[in-house]
Amino acid sequence: MLNINSLNVSYGAIHALKGISISLNEGEIVALIGANGAGKSTTLNAISGILHPDSGEINFDGRSIAQSKPGEIVKQGIIQVPEGRKIFSRMSVYENLEMGGYSLSNKNQLRENMAQVFEIFPRLKERQKQLGGTLSGGEQQMLSMGRGLMAEPRLLLLDEPSMGLAPMLVEQIFTTIAKINNEGVSILLVEQNAQMALALSNRAYVMETGKIVLSGPSETLMENQMVKEAYLGG
Amino acid sequence: MINKIKELKITWGSAIRVIVGSVVAVYLIWRVVIITFGSGEFGPDTWVRFLITGLVIGGIYALIAIGYTLVYGILFMINFAHGEVMMLGTFAGYFVLEALSAMPAPGTDANINFLNAQPVLSILLTFLAGAGVSALAGYLLEKIAYRPLRKAPRLIPLISAIGASIFLQNAAQLLFGPQRRQYINPDLLWRGQGWMIPVSGKSVMLTYTGGFSFVLSILLMIGLFILVRKTKLGKSMRAVAENKQAAALMGIDVDSVISKTFIISGILAGSAGVMWGIHNGLFNHYVGFLPGIKAFTAAVMGGIGNIPGAMIGGMLLGLMESLGPALLGLDFQLKDVIAFAILIFVLIIRPSGILGEALTEEKV
Repeated sequence: MLNINSLNVSYGAIHALKGISISLNEGEIVALIGANGAGKSTTLNAISGILHPDSGEINFDGRSIAQSKPGEIVKQGIIQVPEGRKIFSRMSVYENLEMGGYSLSNKNQLRENMAQVFEIFPRLKERQKQLGGTLSGGEQQMLSMGRGLMAEPRLLLLDEPSMGLAPMLVEQIFTTIAKINNEGVSILLVEQNAQMALALSNRAYVMETGKIVLSGPSETLMENQMVKEAYLGG
Repeated sequence: MINKIKELKITWGSAIRVIVGSVVAVYLIWRVVIITFGSGEFGPDTWVRFLITGLVIGGIYALIAIGYTLVYGILFMINFAHGEVMMLGTFAGYFVLEALSAMPAPGTDANINFLNAQPVLSILLTFLAGAGVSALAGYLLEKIAYRPLRKAPRLIPLISAIGASIFLQNAAQLLFGPQRRQYINPDLLWRGQGWMIPVSGKSVMLTYTGGFSFVLSILLMIGLFILVRKTKLGKSMRAVAENKQAAALMGIDVDSVISKTFIISGILAGSAGVMWGIHNGLFNHYVGFLPGIKAFTAAVMGGIGNIPGAMIGGMLLGLMESLGPALLGLDFQLKDVIAFAILIFVLIIRPSGILGEALTEEKV
């Protein structure tokens, strides 16, 4: 479904991604783990068209999207739920979800998708008139994910969904991710919480300073000595 | 050590604010008391006249101020060429009125020109032309002067804006000449005529042009408010203002939203420009300068980036300008000084404005 081939991305003089290759098959959950600054978010932003690569390929369903605009990529069904949630704090929960469905031209579709999002996150329905900024951290993460789901993703890019959340909420968010995946949405998950990410995903890639240093089925990686030491606390 | 210096600075700043603020407040209260209970040099009719003048000009300032605030909200830059955008609208409206006044009305005798045969249609055409030209000017301004500098440090587009302002002023002078021109209004909206309002035995005139400008500016503001609150475009503008990257991830075309913001600002400024022409009559290529810079003051006063703030700021500035000289016992020609003194005071006492939130790190 998604094929990234020797991708190079830089910010000015900083060479952030040094020829990485990632693939993801339909229906999979693939995790991308690594320390801060390894280039995980950069990878997602390159897929979303926020950053354009210097060289390399990004193919979705066999078509190149490396030079597409973010709006075109959203229309193809790749939706990113950004790091730090980035909800619109001065807009209501309802309006945030409306913005999530910005690419939909049909109003009925918007309403149906919103009903579905409310089914997954009943909390959002209760708070739909509240401003996004007044929500708690967990609720904001739900809103950010709900907003992503509004556009009917085929591939959801999740950037650090567990960041700054209490352990109980992290559990809940990961359960929801599994549920979303069961509905047929493929997921590329960027996480610092390697334990949870490896437990949830089918396959994983380990990134270090702009390169992929390890990859394979998640169960195998969990047993890997290097992964254990660096990311799973020995 | 560094922390200590920072703390000291903050307390110094707030101390200055409190002192300056209270001195100004005490002086103003003292003046108001003297004027109301003392000399009685101004009767109630004069105050009503000041009030009307203030509201009319305030409406015009508010419309222009909204343009500053919309653009600031999205790009975090002050569009200093915005007054010139208004000026182009004033010229466009003038040329339409002149053309219509020279045109015979179809189906009537030759003595009545189109302007007076179809005054409502004529005024509508005038506003469409003014708003249209200003909208185009705003659109091109962003495309040519600001878009190439989107990723530059924030001072650079500001310099570009000042350059664009000087360019537009001089271009207008070259094209249209430096002489003052006078708006030709239809008889229905003739300047100097109006409704007489009796106030304590005397009568005060509310000019037709003034009443018309005020009502129209309020309607445009309501329209803008609905646009920003309720429509998809308005919501996407708010989303882009809050977080461009998140907005882009929703599939919102950020560049197109920015262009549309400049177009909307242009429509409001152009309408204000035509109102200015219809209400005041005389103008030349400098017409945008003072209203532009005062509307900027109004936008800062209301809290830059905040739309209701710009509306309130514009109205308040108009009122302060017309009531201020009388309240402070100053010469009426000092009204511009009052406007800019207010700008300085606001920047010292409350830089975030009346409705503005404290600027977060992200936005500075």
